[in-house]
Amino acid sequence: MNTTATRLRHTTLILTAFGLLAFFFADISVTTRDPGIELAKIGHGFLTPDFLATEKLWQALGYTLSFALQGVAVGITGGFLLALLWRWRLVRTASAVLRAIHELFWGLLFLQVFGLSTLTGLLAIAVPYCGIFAKVFGEFLEESDRAPARALPAGSDGFSSFWFARLPLVWQHMKTYGAYRVECAVRSSAILGFIGLPTIGFHLETAFRQGAYSTGAALLYLFLLVILSLRLWLRPVLLPLWLFATLLWQPPQASVTSGRLIRFLSEDIVPAPLRQADWQWSELADWLLNLLHEQILPGLGQTLILGMAALLVTGILALLMFPLISSQFGHRLSRGAGHSLLVLLRTLPEFLLAFVFVLVLGPSMLPGILALALHTGAIVAHLCGRFTDTLSLRVDAPGGLNRYAFEVLPRIYPNFLAFLLYRWEIIMRETAILGVLGITTLGFYIDSAFSELRVDRALVLIGAGVMLNLAVDAISRGLRQRLRLQHGLTDQS
Amino acid sequence: MFQLDQLSIRRQGADILHEINLCIEQGEKVALLGPSGAGKSTLLEALRRQQSLQSAWCPQQGALVPMLSVFHNIYMGALDRHSALYNLANLIRPMKAQWQQVGQLADELGIADKLRTSVDRLSGGQAQRTALGRALFSCRDILLADEPVSSLDENQGEALLRLALSRHHTTVTALHDRELALHCCDRIIGLKDGRIIIDSPCQDLRLQDLNELYRRR
Repeated sequence: MNTTATRLRHTTLILTAFGLLAFFFADISVTTRDPGIELAKIGHGFLTPDFLATEKLWQALGYTLSFALQGVAVGITGGFLLALLWRWRLVRTASAVLRAIHELFWGLLFLQVFGLSTLTGLLAIAVPYCGIFAKVFGEFLEESDRAPARALPAGSDGFSSFWFARLPLVWQHMKTYGAYRVECAVRSSAILGFIGLPTIGFHLETAFRQGAYSTGAALLYLFLLVILSLRLWLRPVLLPLWLFATLLWQPPQASVTSGRLIRFLSEDIVPAPLRQADWQWSELADWLLNLLHEQILPGLGQTLILGMAALLVTGILALLMFPLISSQFGHRLSRGAGHSLLVLLRTLPEFLLAFVFVLVLGPSMLPGILALALHTGAIVAHLCGRFTDTLSLRVDAPGGLNRYAFEVLPRIYPNFLAFLLYRWEIIMRETAILGVLGITTLGFYIDSAFSELRVDRALVLIGAGVMLNLAVDAISRGLRQRLRLQHGLTDQS
Repeated sequence: MFQLDQLSIRRQGADILHEINLCIEQGEKVALLGPSGAGKSTLLEALRRQQSLQSAWCPQQGALVPMLSVFHNIYMGALDRHSALYNLANLIRPMKAQWQQVGQLADELGIADKLRTSVDRLSGGQAQRTALGRALFSCRDILLADEPVSSLDENQGEALLRLALSRHHTTVTALHDRELALHCCDRIIGLKDGRIIIDSPCQDLRLQDLNELYRRR
């Protein structure tokens, strides 16, 4: 067949083959003794939420929002400045590295220097977001029309022409994207509680770990409420006010002595063999090889396996779920229910889902795959569903399965693949941090290294994670280019 | 077959069709003429609603699925004749019997060599033949077609139109080529600004009579 569909089909087959291969190697056992009972207890907790059990609840919410808002403010400023230098390869590479490291890992890293402080919370979000904003804004500027700038009178200085003829073209996109990122930052900020920062995630983890599911459920409901109502009270006009309020309440600070900083830079992050006065290259090589064998390779392997398996399930779930919200199928009632389900799955961070699933199923790959696939699948399904709304099918188009298979699926498949490949990098990034929950991906080794105070190891492991992420990004971009896929809608859920 | 009484259709505050009265008997070959925006497509849709199960439908927009092959696009005319699972099996791998049937039709339409090619890789004319193929493959009694041969040259267009008309006992075809309409059909309905201003058998009409339709006010 000499069809466009065939090319898409081949890519799908390859991805599916890798996904199945990953499942072959994946450990998807249920390791808890009685998952049913635990599930019933959690279910009961969700039916009987206890909103008064958590002390300092408002403070936790305050911290969550402070870190998010301040982090985005710093990140967006830094990202914007980097975006101005986007044509420099160095800037592009640096921002790729910044965003390849997850907020949680940045948090663990800053924790070593600044301790459990507001500054750690701010930086953990600001640094990766700086990389993300740099890329997105850089590409906005790159793709925007240059004609208005060229049409300016000769001799106009670069500064003025930027403000008059370049920035206005992308301003609206930047605002929309910034608003979307604030929502993401609140999620990230909550997750930072899992490494000890006093955000809502901290109380969530404590409650769930102690089996206080009613308390945990209440926190989760509250968290959902905050995110879903964000658009109502976090209006762009009010943003400076909110930011000012958080700065007044929790200014970013840390009690850091210069001795600690120097120790961190000159000792902690230096690979252990190099700390002796008379070190030799062979010792460093042994140390690295050892690390490679015992942690990097197994960690990377498991991350890759979990990520590929999750990608496969994500794709399947997305294809099953997008008709739930598509105007091409169902009726108003069914679409309403579909929207509610997808909003719920999109709003809950995959890390949080994985945490709850680990409690039920034990720390195998199964909870990780489920959590990643449900969350990302819902995002891809949402984007695909929204895309189907723009299709105008002929009036005699068939209904039901025929409509799905012949009319809708072929038309949205390029976009579906683009969304999925675009999300692949994010899946891998999230897969790595699932290690913090005890699933043996790369994050497991990073987390262990930090808790053993072996920052040197942690850095090498994080570096390996960066490599993996950059590679996946490159492969995904290559595939998208080969298939000439455009995702048509921006990366917003 | 078709009966419209005082049909008016308004969309977004504008009159598309205005008090249309129309009766089409079985066996008639009707051509719809008129400048673009006269309401031809809307009238065809209204007719389709009266006989949706017996009508083969060949619209202008959204007619084909670009990434699927010519085979699949033609096969889609027969989706209602088979179970959904059988259709799905044919989507994944065309069955021999279906391949032959569709192939035969494609041969008559002059696109037999394109059966395996996806529609987004065809020329406009080839795509139009495919769209007509889908309508013919649905094997209905009535054909409702909207500019089915507009991308083909005169001779090919006429041959193809005659083929399509011969496969249905009643046809209503929107056309822009006045000569083609006079040659191939036996009744002409002329629309302008949502009203019928010409409705008579072809033998009573000359080419000049049709110019009235296209004259600016």
